[in-house]
Amino acid sequence: MSPRARNPLQPSSTDPAKIRNFSIIAHIDHGKSTLADRMLQITGIVDDRSMRAQYLDRMDIERERGITIKSQAVRMPWEVDGETYALNMIDTPGHVDFTYEVSRSLAACEGAVLLVDAAQGIEAQTLANLYLALENDLTVIPVLNKIDLPAADPEKYAKELASLIGGKPEDVLRVSGKTGLGVSELLDLVVAQIPAPKGDPKAPTRAMIFDSVYDAYRGVVTYVRVIDGHLSARQRIQMMSTKASHELLEIGVSAPEPTATKGLGVGEVGYLITGVKDVRQSKVGDTITDQLKPATVALPGYTEPKPMVFSGLYPIDGSDYPILREALDKLKLSDASLNYEPETSVALGFGFRCGFLGLLHLEIITERLEREFNLDLIATAPSVPYEVTTEDKNTVTVTNPSEYPDGKIKSVREPVVKTAILAPKDYVGVIMELCQSRRGTLLGMEFLGEDRVELRYNMPLGEIVFDFFDHLKSRTQGYASLDYEPAGDQEADLVKVDILLQGEQVDAFSAIVHRDKAYAYGLLMTERLKKLIPRQQFEVPIQAAIGARMIARETISAIRKDVLAKCYGGDITRKRKLLEKQKEGKKRMKMVGRVEVPQEAFIAALSGDTETKKK
Amino acid sequence: MAGPLPIGDVAPSDGKLPVGSAALAVGREFGAYVHVPFCRVRCGYCDFNTYTSTELQGAPQTDYLDEVEREIALAASVLGIAGMPARQLSTVFFGGGTPTLLPADDLVRALSSLRKTWGLSPNAEITTEANPDSVDAQYLESLAAGGFTRVSFGVQSAMPHVLATLDRTHDPKRVPDVVQAAKDVGLEVSVDLIYGTPGESLNDWRASLDQAISLDTGHISAYALIVEKGTALERRIRRGELATPDDDVQADMYELAEEMLSDVGFHWYEVSNWAKSETQRSRHNLSYWTNQDWWGFGPGAHSHIGGTRFWNVKHPAAYAQKLSLGLSPAAGREEPDETASDIERVLLEIRLREGTSGANFPATVIAGLISDGLITYEAARSGQLVLTLSGRLRADEVVRRLV
Repeated sequence: MSPRARNPLQPSSTDPAKIRNFSIIAHIDHGKSTLADRMLQITGIVDDRSMRAQYLDRMDIERERGITIKSQAVRMPWEVDGETYALNMIDTPGHVDFTYEVSRSLAACEGAVLLVDAAQGIEAQTLANLYLALENDLTVIPVLNKIDLPAADPEKYAKELASLIGGKPEDVLRVSGKTGLGVSELLDLVVAQIPAPKGDPKAPTRAMIFDSVYDAYRGVVTYVRVIDGHLSARQRIQMMSTKASHELLEIGVSAPEPTATKGLGVGEVGYLITGVKDVRQSKVGDTITDQLKPATVALPGYTEPKPMVFSGLYPIDGSDYPILREALDKLKLSDASLNYEPETSVALGFGFRCGFLGLLHLEIITERLEREFNLDLIATAPSVPYEVTTEDKNTVTVTNPSEYPDGKIKSVREPVVKTAILAPKDYVGVIMELCQSRRGTLLGMEFLGEDRVELRYNMPLGEIVFDFFDHLKSRTQGYASLDYEPAGDQEADLVKVDILLQGEQVDAFSAIVHRDKAYAYGLLMTERLKKLIPRQQFEVPIQAAIGARMIARETISAIRKDVLAKCYGGDITRKRKLLEKQKEGKKRMKMVGRVEVPQEAFIAALSGDTETKKK
Repeated sequence: MAGPLPIGDVAPSDGKLPVGSAALAVGREFGAYVHVPFCRVRCGYCDFNTYTSTELQGAPQTDYLDEVEREIALAASVLGIAGMPARQLSTVFFGGGTPTLLPADDLVRALSSLRKTWGLSPNAEITTEANPDSVDAQYLESLAAGGFTRVSFGVQSAMPHVLATLDRTHDPKRVPDVVQAAKDVGLEVSVDLIYGTPGESLNDWRASLDQAISLDTGHISAYALIVEKGTALERRIRRGELATPDDDVQADMYELAEEMLSDVGFHWYEVSNWAKSETQRSRHNLSYWTNQDWWGFGPGAHSHIGGTRFWNVKHPAAYAQKLSLGLSPAAGREEPDETASDIERVLLEIRLREGTSGANFPATVIAGLISDGLITYEAARSGQLVLTLSGRLRADEVVRRLV
């Protein structure tokens, strides 16, 4: 076992040959944070007394859900054969929605630890991130974690890993993040196998931003990897995409608490603070250079975050609208990919149309809004951006069915994603059936080891955001995992289905769907609303329509009896109070034309919960 | 007298009425309601303030008349202190519970006390509710001799399976005999029916109406069964043993009642009440709907005197104790403000054949009620809002739109 380094190398003047930059690629729950905890302890930078579980995950929501939303870089000293090294562990977000962030984190490394649960094997997202690492020419160290578990089957999954990345099953390192077994060996392997960073210390400064987080006290904290040149405190720097310039108020490394240094040299990883308050001014993937001696060519790979999933967020209590606005403004400071604009809905009142990177991003933002700002929210069915061209050759991007142009449509293009699904081979049939029904095109199928299969499909993103994951999980008893990445767009026969209550369109229920699914959607929503909307004083038709053409209809029959049979001396006060209460309740009803709909009915219809009809 | 007591202000322990009550009482008739909170068995649908002998706990039935007489004395004193105009009783109504569980002499004695205290106006209507199995010819004769003029029989249904679901114990075959006996001693008779009981078909209901009509009385009440919270019926429905009464079926049954009753000469005068002539209407019940004054005696009884509503403590033991200490048995009271009084007036008057005045309501609301078929055009043209047949079934909606 290697000893702890006695004399850690000083940042800013570390020889690149003594630096190792690596990421850990792992699926949620496969123990990445626990392994990171053990590394912090074994290298001695966090003493046993200050140790807490999932040390690097800062937000409650991360710790509870076991997901790392924001990555971070930690510098750890490690000694091998009498030589001291500086290991930079760059944490990567583990989810499908953050592929771009993952790719930037990986671009800051020369190697990656591929961490797989020895009881579960590799999952789709891990596989996707592994491919990303291989594309970036990273050296990959395969590791099986949780080998202390009774259910662990290291033999089987070592074979699986070896077949994926080459090499022999016996070369796959076996560790337990929980007990610490094998962790020092892993650190030795990082030093031995992962190449040292290369770069030109004399060239104009170029540093890549791989993460950018908002801190309430310090403003935006930007995490960078220096490629060429040098960064020092008080230096004036420039963002190459926006040309905005800032002074470096502080520069340092995470060890793991922020520790100021004189600067950062070639191959080093650390943080900088410039006093800006909005992460949009410090974008992931951007290149930082020196304002006076700027580089001419930016580092490759920078793209603007592009929302792929849109949903309307509405406060259930309309008076919470200003709080929601303030909350979104705050979250935006730390999340460059979140965007939103006000919208109103007949059914739901005032809210915001929000763009997200994906479904999990939507879920995380909604949860943070509810938890950190105490809001009760309802989200409309997620939608994706469509390019709609009308007969008169106007093309508009439609992120909300209500913006769908009226009149003749020439063509509609929809975003397509490349989807990878990993599952035990017994489920291939049901998965194929599901993907076919969602207009998927099979790209390929491969066995991973003996009994697991990777299925690759091209699918419309719109089909995935609408309950695909729920169906995939329930049809495979939870065994299947899913990853997708954008793969352009395609023309498709899509139509907008409107839902009408007594002839009045209910905006929140309009949807853009494939023509073949329009009838099924219309039927589903009209039946659902029939169950949820209380009877009125008159008959209420519920219709689904494409343009002016009705495709489904249900009818809520009129109330015939609405009177208390008795009203004698002792009933009068009680009955008056009841009527006053009903009157008050009526004020809270949403009106669609003359139809009174309790807001709970709309919410239940959107969430698919039809058991809550109230009189 | 259903359900829990309302939430109101605390009533003063001496029962003293608010200042100005006397002025508000001018021009109103005065009636008395006597609550008899006893039943032999509790029916599964009933949430009235009534007790079987095992539930009474220290409030014996035998002392009950003494307590009522104490409250009569207290009422006389309270009304006197308030400076109320001297008014004879226009109507007296004994309800329950089962008033006829008490001996006929007890009811007559209570009536005598009321008569001694306030006097009865000429042609005063004196009614008691009765279970068909708790009276016989002799009992009815005693009532008539003691001054009663009217008896209201809880017949509910002609069908044994419906009566069984309602936990009613009487034998339907006995009904014609007791009705005849009541008529023989000169009493006006009302038959009270319930419809929409779980398991009751439209034909069952038709049979009950047929039987009620064949009894040839001047008055019939028909109430839709209401499943009240906390009753045995509600629990049985919740457990799935019985079906929930269906609103649409109850609406069909109401329409059938209207059709069959009007065919044989009855007219509706209140949402759930039909009479053959105006003089056969229940004047006591009309006093509730036309906002007259009345004093309710007995546990849980409600009163309305000069613009104040108040109500007594519910349990017979608490009621007895208060009176024995010389205190008012009132538990709470309310003086509805102008808005509340207006709402009450509309919700009560709209139930009546004469309807309520259309003055002060926006023309658009009235037009809406007409076009939705809830009130009649003819009456509205002359300024009165009168429910149509389908409006009678949706009177609560009409009130919500008006107030």
